[in-house]
Amino acid sequence: MNALEILGLEKVYANGTHALHGINLQVAEGDFFALLGPNGAGKSTTIGIVSSLVKKTAGTIRVFGHDLTQNWFEARSLLGIVPQEINFSQFETSLEIILNQAGYYGLPRPLAMERAEKYLTQLGLWERRNDLSRTLSGGFKRRLMIARALVHEPKLLILDEPTAGVDVELRRSMWTFLRDMNRGGTTIVLTTHYLEEAESLCQHVAIIDHGRIIERTTIKELLATLPTETFVLDLDTVMESPPALPQYALRMRDRTTLEVDLARGQDMNDLFINLTHSNVRIRSMRNKSNRLEELFLSRVNRNPEPEKGNGQA
Amino acid sequence: MVRREVFKVAFATIVRKEVNRFVRIWPQTILPPAVSMALYFVIFGNLIGTRVGQMDGFSYIDFIAPGLIMMSVMNNAYANVVSSFFGAKFQHHVEEMLVAPIPNWVILAGYITGGVLRGLAVGVVVTAIAMCFTHLRVSSVLTIIAILLLTTVLFSLGGMVNAIYAKKFDDISIIPTFLLTPLIYLGGVFYSIDLLPPFWKAVSYANPIVYMVDAFRYGLLGTSHTHLGAAFAIITLFVIALGGYALTLLERGTGIKS
Repeated sequence: MNALEILGLEKVYANGTHALHGINLQVAEGDFFALLGPNGAGKSTTIGIVSSLVKKTAGTIRVFGHDLTQNWFEARSLLGIVPQEINFSQFETSLEIILNQAGYYGLPRPLAMERAEKYLTQLGLWERRNDLSRTLSGGFKRRLMIARALVHEPKLLILDEPTAGVDVELRRSMWTFLRDMNRGGTTIVLTTHYLEEAESLCQHVAIIDHGRIIERTTIKELLATLPTETFVLDLDTVMESPPALPQYALRMRDRTTLEVDLARGQDMNDLFINLTHSNVRIRSMRNKSNRLEELFLSRVNRNPEPEKGNGQA
Repeated sequence: MVRREVFKVAFATIVRKEVNRFVRIWPQTILPPAVSMALYFVIFGNLIGTRVGQMDGFSYIDFIAPGLIMMSVMNNAYANVVSSFFGAKFQHHVEEMLVAPIPNWVILAGYITGGVLRGLAVGVVVTAIAMCFTHLRVSSVLTIIAILLLTTVLFSLGGMVNAIYAKKFDDISIIPTFLLTPLIYLGGVFYSIDLLPPFWKAVSYANPIVYMVDAFRYGLLGTSHTHLGAAFAIITLFVIALGGYALTLLERGTGIKS
């Protein structure tokens, strides 16, 4: 069953902006799905409509088969939303915010308290449960929004830029948390600007641009279409210039780090053999993290904005 | 979970949140009307009132007491909803309710109940202050309860409509300043409308607040210039009309959904 099904979703704002041009998207139950796109592509509008915060112009949305318009009660009950902007009362404590949200989903007070303790603890906020939300740091506020979205234990969790503006350590810990949630059976859809995040977490990806889905595939398949892949090699030896191996695109990042673009079809073993023959000793190797970014940019750049007023492509 | 149970818990949650809000900020919500009321009684009741003499057969301070209590109740019911719902819009935490499986009528009912409770809480406080200055008696308990409930519901609904349309903080003070305050002051709080010339007396009957103040005064003093049944009918009609309008605005997503 699809956890989320979007059919022919259109949005035209009151000022005439045509934000979505008949989007179709399916997210399978249990998936960890990334919705990528540049600023203004329509990600947040799509999430806004699924969240019932933005009115659609046309189209159908189903959450685990429940139509969001016809069976809104069932559909909304299964959804958890983590919006991009902080949107809780600045004058309430973390605990009050969670308990109120639990109440809006009909959880009786004792169960709400139990869930609040569970999720605030898991997200490292239990000790700060009585702090006013406005006194929390940006990272804690982000975690509080996740705890709030989970208190009714939704089957589908949608996160709009969940790690925007948080430090690397917190981002990694949030990734671990979300991975565990997904393993536990929660379907997760996230929008993100950090393509490394999508690469690290997600199984499937859709790229949205100018209000249209321009790619919908698995992360692996998407990466397989890369014409080249860049690897970073940490060297045991200090070098001033890259070894003379004309068949490879080599460049020095610094005196002990070498970057190499490996074209599709080029063999990694051959590279190592050639480097060894050139007296280059390699201590470690890793993928350059922005490979999805390159791919993303290539997809978005070849999809120029249609003239205003154009219909669906 | 059964819908009805969810709606019941959600409604109780909104009401609890609203009550916690106005209790938490009591120096802004409960204290000011108490201070204003004490000043009204000292200045208009004791100092000026003794020179005014009798009004409709009652001492001036006794005559104005019901109107002053009603004025506080109206202002606070309105202020509670307009500031709370606009605050929820402004800080975007209204979205917490909009994503949840609760219908708009539950949201509306929760906020209106919050407004009613603040109006009644302030009513109790100012009545206690009034009793320090006047000899209030009760003529009809049922009339008092019914008129207080209807009036607080009506003004809470007014606050909701104002909050829905408001885009900035200025917008939530325009209606109270330029519409409600004049209507309340001209609504027979400080004078008997019998004192007015026939034309202005007729105009006064177009002011719904005249009926609320008059019915409440009847509940306390047992005297009235308007027909009690007509007063309740008019207020009920206003409640139905404004309630329907507020719900329609929420259903349309006016001011809360793009």
